[in-house]
Amino acid sequence: MSEKKTKRRDFLFTATTAVGAVGAAAVVWPMIDQMNPDASVKALASTEVDVSALTPGNTLTVLWRGKPVFIRRRTQDEIDEARAVKMEDLIHPEKDEDRAKNPEWLVMLGVCTHLGCVPLNDKGDYNGWFCPCHGSHYDTSGRIRKGPAPWNMEVPKYEFVNANTIKIG
Amino acid sequence: MSDHDYRPKSKVGQWFNDRLPLLTLANHLTDYPTPKNLNYWWTFGGILTFCLITQIVTGLTLAMHYIAHADMAFESVEHIMRDVNYGWLIRYIHANGASMFFLAVYIHIFRSLFYGSYKSPREIIWILGIIIYLLMMAAAFMGYVLPWGQMSFWGATVITNLFSAIPLVGEGIVTWLWGGYSVDNPTLTRFFTLHYLIPFLILGLVVLHIWALHVPGNNNPVGIDIKKPSKDTVPFHPYIVIKDGFALLMFMIVFAFFVFYAPNILGHADNYIEANPMVTPAHIVPEWYLLPFYAILRSVPDKLLGVVAMLSAILILAVLPWLDTSKIRSAVFRPLYKQFYWILVADVLILGYVGAMPAEGLYLLIARVATAYYFLHFLVILPVLGFKEKTLPVPLSITESVLGGSPNLAAVRNKESKIE
Repeated sequence: MSEKKTKRRDFLFTATTAVGAVGAAAVVWPMIDQMNPDASVKALASTEVDVSALTPGNTLTVLWRGKPVFIRRRTQDEIDEARAVKMEDLIHPEKDEDRAKNPEWLVMLGVCTHLGCVPLNDKGDYNGWFCPCHGSHYDTSGRIRKGPAPWNMEVPKYEFVNANTIKIG
Repeated sequence: MSDHDYRPKSKVGQWFNDRLPLLTLANHLTDYPTPKNLNYWWTFGGILTFCLITQIVTGLTLAMHYIAHADMAFESVEHIMRDVNYGWLIRYIHANGASMFFLAVYIHIFRSLFYGSYKSPREIIWILGIIIYLLMMAAAFMGYVLPWGQMSFWGATVITNLFSAIPLVGEGIVTWLWGGYSVDNPTLTRFFTLHYLIPFLILGLVVLHIWALHVPGNNNPVGIDIKKPSKDTVPFHPYIVIKDGFALLMFMIVFAFFVFYAPNILGHADNYIEANPMVTPAHIVPEWYLLPFYAILRSVPDKLLGVVAMLSAILILAVLPWLDTSKIRSAVFRPLYKQFYWILVADVLILGYVGAMPAEGLYLLIARVATAYYFLHFLVILPVLGFKEKTLPVPLSITESVLGGSPNLAAVRNKESKIE
């Protein structure tokens, strides 16, 4: 019994366990992955919005992938306010120039990065958005300034198809 | 099990019992020696069993009429309330039953905290109980999502987003939980499936919980080990059965009051508005039984640390048997612990209150102090108290304490000498 030599049976044990583990993993993965977004959910990946009726100082909220997207046509005051902010004052430093390529238009997910509520327009200490759930304040560029949210509101992939239409996604 | 020598009286019974010893089990359960000094705080185990069975039976009947689909769930709940025969009654029992379940479980947990029921040799009973409690919270949360009202939807959004606090993989986990890019139909159908499954998991754990209980036997108000069976015990049937039955009746009066006279008082009016992903209700609050933990979550200004604090507040209970260093179980003989115990009760109630209030100003400050104290109680006060506290003399037997008229003999003698 004290012999330490690897036996034929040890090899069989190891090989069987290894093959069994791979087999089990191959069965478990489909059971886990079935919970990920399915093909029909992924198919709704982009949406086109007509923004011709939107006047400066107003926000349009549209649904994209089940989430609200804020399309804000900003006034010159709001743009100036957003661009005057120093980077060191920001919790999640991002330049307004990077968030709104066309300064008049701010397009972002209307989802608070804390726990996913929809922030309210024209509210809060920074004239931007305020989340009623846990009190996060966002500025006119949708950047987090005060409260528990860790990041700025996310800017999704979007483009102007023509002067009046934005394609999100 | 102590009754291996049990033999059924009838021939048929013997024949059956030799093949499947169910009658031996039944005999063990009826004769099970129970400390004779158990008070009414010990009746909540039976009450909780009643709550679980009630939730399963009403849940099964509701599932016969409910439709788990984002477009139809809200309407199907209204259909249950208006059209289904006695649908209103079944749903109100189920919805208020969840609250009654938590009411009973909190009393049950605080009973254990007072009398030291979590201490050796009952750690496994306690840990099984904490797992049951966690599953109860999961089941209650998912059940609250099913009516697909505004609170359902936004509660689901906020709670699932807690996982996004996990570094790197958080967002992926949330998408996986949702089955999409927001809470939607795939989320609803999986929540319904899990909500259906969890009660049966709880049932299995309850069997283990009771099995583990029957190994050392019940703790008791004086918290001393007893010989069983002996003069210190009575058989479970009829003594405890009658006592539990009476307490259950009292409990059912409270239950029936909510069901028939205030069926919506514990709910939230916003949940009678259908889910709308474009509008968040002005003030999101969880059900009352989750408020203390919600207050802890909000009292930490950092997202990840807030989630960690909230989970720790629950999981810290699992290691309680090793945090409490005192050898004496019952708070009756621990004059200092008894005071800290009541401070903890007040602390949790305060957390529950501020959890329902907006997280700002004075409320936020109170929540932070109360959160700090909660952890202080378990991590500092309890370990230190075991070494520093001067405990009172413990009676040698339950009979001694019963005949003395109070579980605390020393206190009785003290009082008597003062009166003289």
